[in-house]
Amino acid sequence: MTDLLIKAADLIGKGRGDVLVRDGRVAEVGSISAAGAASFNGTVVDADGLVLLPGLVDLHTHLREPGREDAETVYTGTRAAAKGGYTAVCAMANSYPVADTAGVVEQVAALGRAAGYADVQPIGAVSVGLAGEQLAEIGAMAHSAAKVRMFSDDGHCVSDPVLMRRALEYVKTFGGLIAQHAEEPRLTEGAQMNEGAVSAELGLPGWPAVAEEAIIARDVLLAEYTGARVHFCHVSTARSVAIIREAKARGAKVTAEVCPHHLLLTDEAARSYDPVYKVNPPLRREADVQVLRAALAEGVIDAVATDHAPHALQDKQCEWAAARPGMLGLETALSISVVALGGPDAVDWDVLAERTSRTPARIAGLEAHGRDPQPGTEANFTLVDPAATWTVVPEDLASLSRNTPYAGMRLPVTVEATFLRGRATVLNGKIEEETTE
Amino acid sequence: MKHLLTTKELSREEAELILEVTQQMADAVAGREVPKLPALRGRTVVNLFYEDSTRTRTSFETAAKRLSADVVNFAAKTSSVNKGESLRDTALTLQAMGADAVVIRHPAAGAPQRLTEWLDGAVLNAGDGTHAHPTQALLDAYTMKQRLGGIEGRTVAIVGDILHSRVARSNIWLLAKLGANVRLVGPPTLLPKDIDEWPVDIGYDLDASLKGVDAVMMLRVQRERQNASFFPTANEYARLYGLDERRLALLPDHAIVMHPGPMNRGMEIAATVADSPRATITEQVTNGVWVRMAVLYLLLTNGEAR
Repeated sequence: MTDLLIKAADLIGKGRGDVLVRDGRVAEVGSISAAGAASFNGTVVDADGLVLLPGLVDLHTHLREPGREDAETVYTGTRAAAKGGYTAVCAMANSYPVADTAGVVEQVAALGRAAGYADVQPIGAVSVGLAGEQLAEIGAMAHSAAKVRMFSDDGHCVSDPVLMRRALEYVKTFGGLIAQHAEEPRLTEGAQMNEGAVSAELGLPGWPAVAEEAIIARDVLLAEYTGARVHFCHVSTARSVAIIREAKARGAKVTAEVCPHHLLLTDEAARSYDPVYKVNPPLRREADVQVLRAALAEGVIDAVATDHAPHALQDKQCEWAAARPGMLGLETALSISVVALGGPDAVDWDVLAERTSRTPARIAGLEAHGRDPQPGTEANFTLVDPAATWTVVPEDLASLSRNTPYAGMRLPVTVEATFLRGRATVLNGKIEEETTE
Repeated sequence: MKHLLTTKELSREEAELILEVTQQMADAVAGREVPKLPALRGRTVVNLFYEDSTRTRTSFETAAKRLSADVVNFAAKTSSVNKGESLRDTALTLQAMGADAVVIRHPAAGAPQRLTEWLDGAVLNAGDGTHAHPTQALLDAYTMKQRLGGIEGRTVAIVGDILHSRVARSNIWLLAKLGANVRLVGPPTLLPKDIDEWPVDIGYDLDASLKGVDAVMMLRVQRERQNASFFPTANEYARLYGLDERRLALLPDHAIVMHPGPMNRGMEIAATVADSPRATITEQVTNGVWVRMAVLYLLLTNGEAR
């Protein structure tokens, strides 16, 4: 079932070759041997003109299950992931109940396996109920069947410096890391959008850049002091990039992600008062977008992460202040990453693979993902058409929700196929309905 | 003009037209035995107020009634996620009832703009959060025109809590559009970030900022702001930014003192100043009715049959 022959793909932009997959793993790469071809009896995919990339890995996905199945489920969210070229997603902990126990993270992982569209790696909460007071049972989640390595109170900042220090120290025992949502809460009380000239004019309370930068600076110091690993979620400001750059130069164990929307949109979008543009951290200024793009190309920012945040209609069809923050991302992230890295003609596919697949897989500890095709590796790939363009139509998205800020936008690069352990989850640009391995 | 949401979106011609029609409204009604015009007979104006504001609601209601419109007061609970009907559902209800115009006061900035997406009728912003209050700015401009003989080239100081003031924002855009020089004066804690990008001068020293102004507009400052450390105490605020008799004497003789109300006497404005002949506070209230008549008339008739 999972034997596959991908023919004439441009392998990560480095030249054409075939990839032969047996039992979900790569058997041969390049030109296939006569023996290999003769004994092959599986699916043949003609990938002429397509670029093969290691399957994308998302460090930051809100799948909303358990708790808000009206906005997204593990099933619909991983279908959206596959459609976007992803083979693995890290599910954030802010479900209801919160993923702060072994039971919840194991349930989420099991739902992912049952759906079969992408590997779902749960992220555990740092604190009980994301309340920022008491450490969650991090060890139990790490030693559970879900093997949680990354912990985050995302949506909330671990703002208490003592709790952050303890969490950083505690996860060292099993090589874990803390993914910090950097937002000093006292500086962002009631905040609705980026603080600046636009928020001043719109009368929406501002979310100052310094609220992110102050926490990043503090946590860089804590990570260096404790010798632990810290990862910064959704970095959104130019100054944050500067702090992370300096930290890396000193050898701090620091990694960082950027969201597609922070690579493309600015706070000018808030002028519509349409809360589809409300997100946390907020859309910033054009100068921030340019610095984030450069930092991504350079590698100061390690990875693109979607912060895919589905919301029910009523949570966006309302006043800006009443709306929930967050936007869809899984199905548009690849295209926007290509735009941010120079567009389909100029993009270095190897850099794209590094930022959207290999590095995020390494950060999350997903050893079977983020691998270029080599004999023996799991066949987790995506095939993209670098010459195609598409228009974002909310109703056509695989996600259960519709809150994409890119509606009507024409984007480069389409996902033609996604393979999870050699099995197509997407083929000819369409989601495969039969996914049982 | 289909809606009136902000003064920023008005062209100078539109703003001047509103002020001109305001004058016509005042002339037409003043001195009549029955102060009523038939212009909006048979039209329904809904006052949709999510904040208590008897002053503004009464002003709009009076304006609509003087134009013979039917007025429906729709007092709504603050819309938050879990309480009350959503703004969209309320809009769909008003739409189904056939409201010709909706006058909305709402604590959330941008709520009137959202309303325009769900309603066919005209939407008139009567104050949204800390964003805009266009009819207040228009009535202030009309008052200045009356008292100062014009707006072009005049200097207006707006003093106090600019950060939380929709009145200040609407005045800034309108006054700049009409050719006035605007000075904002207040403690840096109550001035928005990055307003150096706005068409204004910024001052922290009230005494210095009063030199050569034609009008000074005092904004209401909530005493409770001291709890969030915007200023140390109400007394210190009054000392540094309150308009008292000593400061009144620093103004040029022709300069006027304005306040959108409701006032905190003794806080941003001394009682004697508020009651002085240079204060235009009650005139502003009267002019508010004429301005709101003009706006309702223009929005609902497209200025036809004038």
